[in-house]
Amino acid sequence: MELTGAEIVCESLLQEGVDVLFGLPGGAVLPFYGALSKYPQLRHILVRHEQAAVMAADGYARVTGKVGVCCATSGPGATNLVTGIAGAQMDSVPLVVITGQVPRPAIGRDAFQETDVTGITLPVTKHNYLVMDVADVAGSIKEAFHIARTGRPGPVLVDIPKDVLLGDRTEFVWPERVNLPGYNPPGEAEAGQIERAARLINQAERPVIMAGHGVVIARAFKELQELAEKAQIPVVTTLLGLGSLAPDHLLHLGMPGMHGLAYASLALDQADLVISLGARFDDRVTGRVSDFVPNAKKIHFDIDPSEFNKNMRVDVAVLGDLQLSLRQLVPRVERQVHLQWLQTIDTLRAEHPPFNIRQTEELLPQYVLQQLSEVTQGEAIVVTGVGQHQMWAAQYYRFKEPNTWLTSGGLGAMGYEVPAALGAKVGRPDKTVWSIAGDGGFQMTMCDLATAVESQIDVKFAILNNGVLGMVHQWQEFFYDRDFFATVYTGNPDFVKIAEAYGIKGIRVTDKAQVVGAIQEAMETPGPVVVDFRVKPDEQVYPMIPAGESVKEMMEEPVPERIP
Amino acid sequence: MAGNGRHHTIAALVQDKPGVLTRVASLFRRRGFNIASLAVGKSEQAGLSRMTFVVVGDQYTVDQATKQLDKLIDVVRVSDITNEDLVARELVLIKVKSTPETRGEIIEMVHLFRANIVDVGTQTLVVEITGEEDKINALINLLEPFGIAETMRTGRVAMVRGQADGRVSDSIGIDFYGNGRSGEEPTAPGTYEGV
Repeated sequence: MELTGAEIVCESLLQEGVDVLFGLPGGAVLPFYGALSKYPQLRHILVRHEQAAVMAADGYARVTGKVGVCCATSGPGATNLVTGIAGAQMDSVPLVVITGQVPRPAIGRDAFQETDVTGITLPVTKHNYLVMDVADVAGSIKEAFHIARTGRPGPVLVDIPKDVLLGDRTEFVWPERVNLPGYNPPGEAEAGQIERAARLINQAERPVIMAGHGVVIARAFKELQELAEKAQIPVVTTLLGLGSLAPDHLLHLGMPGMHGLAYASLALDQADLVISLGARFDDRVTGRVSDFVPNAKKIHFDIDPSEFNKNMRVDVAVLGDLQLSLRQLVPRVERQVHLQWLQTIDTLRAEHPPFNIRQTEELLPQYVLQQLSEVTQGEAIVVTGVGQHQMWAAQYYRFKEPNTWLTSGGLGAMGYEVPAALGAKVGRPDKTVWSIAGDGGFQMTMCDLATAVESQIDVKFAILNNGVLGMVHQWQEFFYDRDFFATVYTGNPDFVKIAEAYGIKGIRVTDKAQVVGAIQEAMETPGPVVVDFRVKPDEQVYPMIPAGESVKEMMEEPVPERIP
Repeated sequence: MAGNGRHHTIAALVQDKPGVLTRVASLFRRRGFNIASLAVGKSEQAGLSRMTFVVVGDQYTVDQATKQLDKLIDVVRVSDITNEDLVARELVLIKVKSTPETRGEIIEMVHLFRANIVDVGTQTLVVEITGEEDKINALINLLEPFGIAETMRTGRVAMVRGQADGRVSDSIGIDFYGNGRSGEEPTAPGTYEGV
């Protein structure tokens, strides 16, 4: 059958198993929407801002493990996607982003709503396409999905001019295979590298596993646990690695780093071997690189060889799919006990107890998150943006399952939490989804409450409302002489009324005693709910290792205020 | 990270697609790699081009540059060939000012370098020279006193000499693991102030 370019896009999406996409139409992409309306198998979720489309696709991808798809028109539609694309690139999230472009004869003429989107997104995509011939549409989309989901996943953008979408009707031919001679994602690791890694592990006395996002992406949970248990190696999980090991597992120390748990950072500091599994030695974990794990040898497992020795010189690098690499490794690792090392860590934990919340009648944000974790039994999908609320969520929410923790990690984009939660709920309608925001981030994307209402996406939105840009305020407190310039929000709206204006329930919580009831009420109420937690302002995230410093400079919460 | 260190020669085989040069240039700019020259042209295989880069930096920078290049989908193969036995050449056109009095001297010098005069004007000569950078720089130095109006350099093109195993330049490979395959211990990544 002969199809237009736009119809070929739809057929290609079906071939790739797509059933939902997020987007907002405009002039150049309208031919695609014209075709889309005739494909009811492709559910289109209309957003209010293109940033929500790409971040929703990101949330969908992270919870399902499938490729998220979004679309927008040329020019401003496409540029509004850029933040979300950059976030997906930083956090290795598989996306296919489809944008309309001005017709081919208009390209380069500064036509209405023309921007060079492939140029703009070059450094923030894994790859991108400008499809200049209708005969290349199907092949480009097939390649885009292949590149997005294999190897180290990432976003791929496909820009299609309007006249190609309208195009001359062409026979739809779905290519059998992709032809990408320059793209060969690694599979199994080299035996020699595995051998070297095993040797170091078998010799180590104080090893620590650092589990990163790679464990989640490769679904290497079982293999991680096997390795840890066989050689009794304690595990720290990076921000994006949270959920890769059960929170109550005896070997699980939690998150290290800038706002990690103190004893996890201290354990890393004393290690004689650090085994990084799909973690890239990000500056939020390492602090000053020259002082990070000073006495440790390092093994780095990664699927992307450019990560080896990029931030940290390592002793052994293992290139491969993490799940396969660990399956190769575990049989070569000897059973160990590491009794003394685990006792040392127990002492560290006793000296620096985690999850300690100050006893006070005030409504502390930490308390809200701890109670949210309790009430949902650690089984909800939790989505955050960036800042204090994100760090408290990472510290206090006890994720029982992988792929239930979504956060803007590498890019650190405020506003991610609202749309990504929408995408997460679309991908996992069986799960309770909580979007956790600060009052700053919430206002960046709250316009997409309308999307939740319109498309009946049952997300619970918690706002930890302290009236400031909390993390920036904290940096001003600690490092900028308490010059709280431009971080205090005096014009915040009434978020309960905002909810009500969208026709959904809004709950205000001003008292500690109301927290549990409000969480339960939100979850018992069908449909989206906004809960405005008026938390204590001026609360700081502890511990904190200041940027560019080491664990020796770690600031812990002042002791006199602690529970005895 | 850029600026310090020696010149490294990198060979790459790339797909002949629109935008491939932009991708490469954008990568060098974004990662802060210092590129001294870049030459590109069609290869012996249809649809594929060869590039020769000269990158200035320490071993860490060059290892990163090759691995980042290799990540580009349109880059089929890439190799650091600095330590290989190379044939390396550059073509340069030099427009040198001349008068009836100096013309003979210039021509003599050009011939001494086995270079050619490819254009004679009333006030200038255009010299074409091919060779390694040292030879070219030597001629430019000698011509400088006459006044150089314009030079145009292609940048280095390089190829490994014929190998017993028949390998071509870009298939030499990359040191993915930092094991020091290239014979040089990779330098450690530099530290930076807190972000």
